[in-house]
Amino acid sequence: MGQSLSVRDLEAWYGSNKTLKGITMEIELNHVTAIIGPSGCGKSTFVRCINRMHETMPGTKVKGEIILEGVSIYDRDPVALRKMVGMVFQKPNPFPSMSIYDNVIAGVKLNGMTNKQKLQAIAEKSLRMAALWDEVKDRLNYSGMSLSGGQQQRLCIARALAVEPSVLLMDEPASALDPIATMHIEELVRQLKVNYTILIVTHNMQQAARIADSTAFFLNGELVEHGPTSDIFTNPHDKRTEDYISGRFG
Amino acid sequence: MKSLRKSVNWIMLSIFIFATIIALIPLFGVLGYVVEHGFRALSLDFFLNLPKAMGLSGGGMANAIVGTLIMVLIASLIGIPIGILAAIYLTEYDRHSWLSVGVRFATDVLTGIPSIIVGIVIYTAVVLKMGNFSALAGGLALAIIMIPLIIRSTEEMLKLVSHSIREAGYALGISKGKTILRIILPTAAKGIITGAMLAVARVAGETAPLLFTALGNQYWARSLNEPMASLPVQIFQYATSPYKEWHQQAWAGSLVLISLVIILNLSARFAFRSRSN
Repeated sequence: MGQSLSVRDLEAWYGSNKTLKGITMEIELNHVTAIIGPSGCGKSTFVRCINRMHETMPGTKVKGEIILEGVSIYDRDPVALRKMVGMVFQKPNPFPSMSIYDNVIAGVKLNGMTNKQKLQAIAEKSLRMAALWDEVKDRLNYSGMSLSGGQQQRLCIARALAVEPSVLLMDEPASALDPIATMHIEELVRQLKVNYTILIVTHNMQQAARIADSTAFFLNGELVEHGPTSDIFTNPHDKRTEDYISGRFG
Repeated sequence: MKSLRKSVNWIMLSIFIFATIIALIPLFGVLGYVVEHGFRALSLDFFLNLPKAMGLSGGGMANAIVGTLIMVLIASLIGIPIGILAAIYLTEYDRHSWLSVGVRFATDVLTGIPSIIVGIVIYTAVVLKMGNFSALAGGLALAIIMIPLIIRSTEEMLKLVSHSIREAGYALGISKGKTILRIILPTAAKGIITGAMLAVARVAGETAPLLFTALGNQYWARSLNEPMASLPVQIFQYATSPYKEWHQQAWAGSLVLISLVIILNLSARFAFRSRSN
């Protein structure tokens, strides 16, 4: 299989502030790609462009091309696109008015699925994939907010998986979690790449080294280097990558 | 040094307590006075009978109680949907345009406008045009007082729903409309309902706008297009009459009205507290 997601000359603005300055990047299918870089380098903006979430903020602008499965994402309806490209946010954000069960099936249910058995099957499957099923199967009717932070984040992952996207964007999914919860999430990412193409933004270089097949280093809105994770960390081609991963800045 | 700090502390604390007591005296004074006088005049007849002619005993304010309920209901049916929908537009669709800024400014002004002015406007715009005082005009006047209150309280509640919740909805491929309807509104529902109930309680006691619109009626109104009695107006008319029996009735009416408002207030504040976790 070739490239499922390619980005060409992507530029993005917040007001007059240009946060992405022409990114061209091929993202491989069923790979975990880590995006690393210092704060403000545009890595979050980059993933938010892929599901067209960036444009929902007032005053933003995008230029360039992103091709997903042969079709430009700008030729797709954003609502339909987001069913193909799921997203997990930095802070766990379960829907406060919904139970654990309703949270998981929110995406499919609000998009019109009414068959109870199917919904139940989807909920269980998604929770199992998110490695949360055993912990919550006896209290699916509890509020999503009753879970711990790490459980809430896995609930959000299950919620994203329930829609059956082909790409999963994760914007620093473990940065608000403790080490044990982080370990759970990383384990999960490793398992999920069998079925999903995962882009994970992370501040944590060890995390990138642990879970990513390839790593992209962003700096000041530009893609400095993108390659197999082992190469980026042991044999970077660019001086700036080397400086960053060796902790000289950032 | 230490003793000076302690005595300053003690003096300040005494001042605060003293001020609090001063503030509470009129509050409980009014309540106590109304309860004392109202309770004496209250009877089953008061709830069941129409007002009777001067000199006859056993008259009540049944028509005014029902009238208040009907007009508050009309006001709620008009004011709550308009207020909530406008607030959704202001927060979810158009936070920063000149229209939103204008509407927000107008609601602030309207909240502060004396209610008698709303009464006069409806009198000129509706009562004079229709040729008669009516319950509909009364309900409309109350609705106009309600709308800005509901817009503001709903807007505040919607703003409390974190942006990340909206993004979570969009990120699942849920349309904006459904995200608002099925995710954001349920999240803010308790606050929105509380705000609406407080607005209802607020207009239930309004007198001035009803004087010019629903006028008042000593009998049952046969339709919404007729003048209709209401507790505040009936109280006003009886209390300013020269008759002692009517004064008694006015006290009883005051007690019923205050109870109505307090019940609405308390249920708005406590109804959702127990389920909040």
